[in-house]
Amino acid sequence: MRIDRIKLFESGFQAIKENIEKLLQQSDAKAVLLVDRDGNLITNAGETEKIDLESFATLAAADFAATSQLAELIGEQQFLTLYHQGERDHLYFQALAQNIIIAVIFDQRTTLGLVRVRVKHAAQTLSKILEDIFGGQEQLAPEEEARIEDISKDIEDELDRLFG
Amino acid sequence: MALINYATREINFKIVYYGPGLGGKTTNLRWIYGELDQNTKGKMITLATEMDRTLFFDFLPVDLGRVRGFQTRLRLYTVPGQVFYNATRRIILRGADGLIFVADSQRERREDNLDSLRNLKDNLATFDLRLPDVPYVMQYNKRDLPNLMTVAEMEELLNPNRVPYFESVATKGIGIFETLKEIAKTVIRKF
Repeated sequence: MRIDRIKLFESGFQAIKENIEKLLQQSDAKAVLLVDRDGNLITNAGETEKIDLESFATLAAADFAATSQLAELIGEQQFLTLYHQGERDHLYFQALAQNIIIAVIFDQRTTLGLVRVRVKHAAQTLSKILEDIFGGQEQLAPEEEARIEDISKDIEDELDRLFG
Repeated sequence: MALINYATREINFKIVYYGPGLGGKTTNLRWIYGELDQNTKGKMITLATEMDRTLFFDFLPVDLGRVRGFQTRLRLYTVPGQVFYNATRRIILRGADGLIFVADSQRERREDNLDSLRNLKDNLATFDLRLPDVPYVMQYNKRDLPNLMTVAEMEELLNPNRVPYFESVATKGIGIFETLKEIAKTVIRKF
C-alpha cells in the first residue's frame, strides 16, 4: 500500500495564504491558523511568535475530533464551529471542506460577532480553493516528482544519523 | 496522512503507538523526549488523568532536519490503552502513516495484548483498512520482568503477518530507538 498524501503546491498555497491574511485583517483578530484534522499546521498569519504552533495545531485537531464524537452522540454529524472563551483571548474554530479547520485567536480588539461573520465569508472562498487543490491534486513537474520519489533514501540516512 | 507542502518545503508523517494499557507506550515517548536534543524535538503534550494514565493521547514531534531541502518531521502519538477509551483511540488512529504495537510481555497480560490487537483491527476496519495494509512493527516490552512469555510465544500469538519485532525495556530505553527507526524507515519506503 502506498501512503496517502496531501500535497500542497505553490499556487494553491499562495491562494490559501492570501485569504488567511485577508481574514486576519478584516476580523481584527490576533492570529489566524489553518490546520488539518490530523494536526498538521498548513499556514498561519498574525501574532504567533509566542505560540507553540505545532502543539496548537495538534490540540486544535484533537479538540475538533473529540467534539465531533460528542456531536454524533446527540445525533449531529459534526459541529462546524467551536468557540472557547478566555479571560483575555478567545478561540473560534470553523470546519471547512476537505478536513481543514480555520482557527482564529482574538481579543478585545474585535468581537465574536465580527469574527464569526468574517470567518463564514472566508470559509466559502477557502473551501472552493481547497476543493480545487484536493479534488484535482495539481500535477507536479516530472523532475519534482522524481525528486520526491528518491528522497526516501536520504530520509533513511538521516534516521540512521539521528537514532544510531 | 503524510502532508507534503511544496510551497513551504515540509513533509510530515504520523506514527501511532498502540497497545494495551500500562504496556509502555507513554514510556517510549518519554524516553525519546529525554534523549533527543532540543533542536530535534518539539514540546511533548500529554493529556493524562490525575493518576497519570493517558486520557486522550501523548504527542511528540521529532524533527529529522532538512532532507534535500524538505523539512522532514515525524509526529509521534500514543493512544490511551484502557479499554473504555476506544472513541479517543479511534480518533488518534485516523490518518496514521505507521503503527508500533507495544505489547506487554508479562504472561498475565496475554489476553490484554490479544484484546488490544483485536481492537486495533476493528478500529482500522472503520477506516476501511486491514492491518496487513498498514506499515507496522511489533515491540515486545518489559523484557526485564519475571514471568515473561517467550519471544516465540509472542510471535505466535501476536504477529501472524511476521512484521519486524523488537524486544524492549522502555523504562531503560532498550529497544526504543530501534523500533522507532524501523517503523520510520518502513513508512518512508512506502512513501
